[in-house]
Amino acid sequence: MAISHQLKRVDFIFSNENDWEKVLSATIKKKPVDLINELISSELKGRGGAGFPTGLKWKLASEAKAEAKYIICNADEGEPGTFKDREILSKVPYKVLTAMAVCGYITGAKEGFIYLRGEYKFLEPELNKAIDEFQYYCKEIKFEFSINIFMGSGAYICGEETALMESMEGKRGEPRNKPPFPTQHGYRNMPTVINNVETLVHTFTIFKYGAKKFYDLGVQYSRGTKLFSVSGDTPKPGIYELELGMSLQDFVYEFGDGDTKAVQVGGASGFLVPRKKFKDAAIGFKGKLTGISLPTGGSMMLFNSSRSMYNVLDNYLEFFREESCGQCTPCRVGCQQLLLGIKAVKRGEKPASYLDKLMRLTETMQLTAKCGLGQSVANSFSSIVENFQEEMIY
Amino acid sequence: MNPIKSLIKDMADKHGRRRESLLPIMLAVVEREKYLSEYSMIEIARQVDIPASEVYGTATFYSFIETKPTGQYIIRICKTITCAMKGKNQVLFAIQDMLKIKLGETTPDKRFSLLETNCLGWCHKAPAMMINNDVYTDLTPEKVRDILSAYMKINEQKLN
Repeated sequence: MAISHQLKRVDFIFSNENDWEKVLSATIKKKPVDLINELISSELKGRGGAGFPTGLKWKLASEAKAEAKYIICNADEGEPGTFKDREILSKVPYKVLTAMAVCGYITGAKEGFIYLRGEYKFLEPELNKAIDEFQYYCKEIKFEFSINIFMGSGAYICGEETALMESMEGKRGEPRNKPPFPTQHGYRNMPTVINNVETLVHTFTIFKYGAKKFYDLGVQYSRGTKLFSVSGDTPKPGIYELELGMSLQDFVYEFGDGDTKAVQVGGASGFLVPRKKFKDAAIGFKGKLTGISLPTGGSMMLFNSSRSMYNVLDNYLEFFREESCGQCTPCRVGCQQLLLGIKAVKRGEKPASYLDKLMRLTETMQLTAKCGLGQSVANSFSSIVENFQEEMIY
Repeated sequence: MNPIKSLIKDMADKHGRRRESLLPIMLAVVEREKYLSEYSMIEIARQVDIPASEVYGTATFYSFIETKPTGQYIIRICKTITCAMKGKNQVLFAIQDMLKIKLGETTPDKRFSLLETNCLGWCHKAPAMMINNDVYTDLTPEKVRDILSAYMKINEQKLN
């Protein structure tokens, strides 16, 4: 059997940003309709993890009629194992700012915000300097668009787009019901485009080189490249830009320490893939990929055989229990009960069959929780319990 | 005027007396005092003209806004999976041993508070911690002792 063992390294995101002024002034001379079509034809999907088509989002916002519109850059990167957005904001901030301004031009928004997580406050001074220079240039070319930083303060749930808007409005960061979606009723109840930091940088690439260069990378339904945050039991932890659609087997061959037992794809809210399923798993959005396809915000955590999967799950559940906003019952009580449940099974106070009951609880959470946090607890829980049942019990 | 009262007034002037300004104002107070006292919450409520219970409700939602007095330096050590795997506990023991406090406590001289936090986004350089807004990565018990000694020296210099 031929195994390629090849990951295609790409360098778009962190490459030269010094031409941002040229890109900005050239892009805002084109028609908004053409730019949206360019973006749609690139098939870029949101890089925060959910994978909503970016072109469509911008189109919806541009068609909405309102007295004001807003652009938000979501830099509330809180998913365990993700650290790419920090690197982007510290290395190529101008790409992010340019993309926000172009988005403002396309949708008709005049104001943009960067919602920066409290843990990244140290980035604020440098980022403000970049914003000042950016604003200065905007004035020079008579282009009206303001950008401000809004500081978060240590709440994972604020990475959820509607919770983030609640937070910006000075409230508890509790997610709203969807629909209506932010492109209709977002920040201050106005049409709002909210994108992940990395998504914005990809739009910069697309506006600079055209959609084709982006589209040619990746596989069907998962076009382009993605930043991966690699951590855990690996000899080379760090941030890597790779083509989408790679097989997990190839990934482990490149980044594993030779003893990789499982990989958590997509952070605590993602899936755990055990060794025997590496070759069937591919990284990308659902579609033509054979076997399991795993969408991800880019978090790749490797575990070798010295790690107890019980400890991993325990750690995730504690994380969810603390970060659940407490608004809806399935998530608030569900996370608490899951954690109590696996502890009870581990201590022998509950029979092994109790795990099945807990699995049904996660199904209920998936169906009834209000937002992605409660819904996605089932992902890691079921994939760990199914594949490592013995470790949960003994 | 009380310095915190005037800070809150300045911040309300700067950000506007709207609900949207609540978080920036609270964070400015936390930056100064390290925590949000009942006095500050009532004063913010007065300035923004919303019920004090709303200020309290919002403040307690955010894990970086403390509502109990803390030390001058808040140590937040990451406890999420990668840091936990890469020896966070040994680092934590070293800190506890050096400062003679447990998690959630503040040193008697009100210099250091020790807390755990969720993923700081430094998994590739685990374990990591923050002291106020500064990040320290690739920690070992030895390294963390050096870092804390440096902080203690700052304090001594200030006292002299």
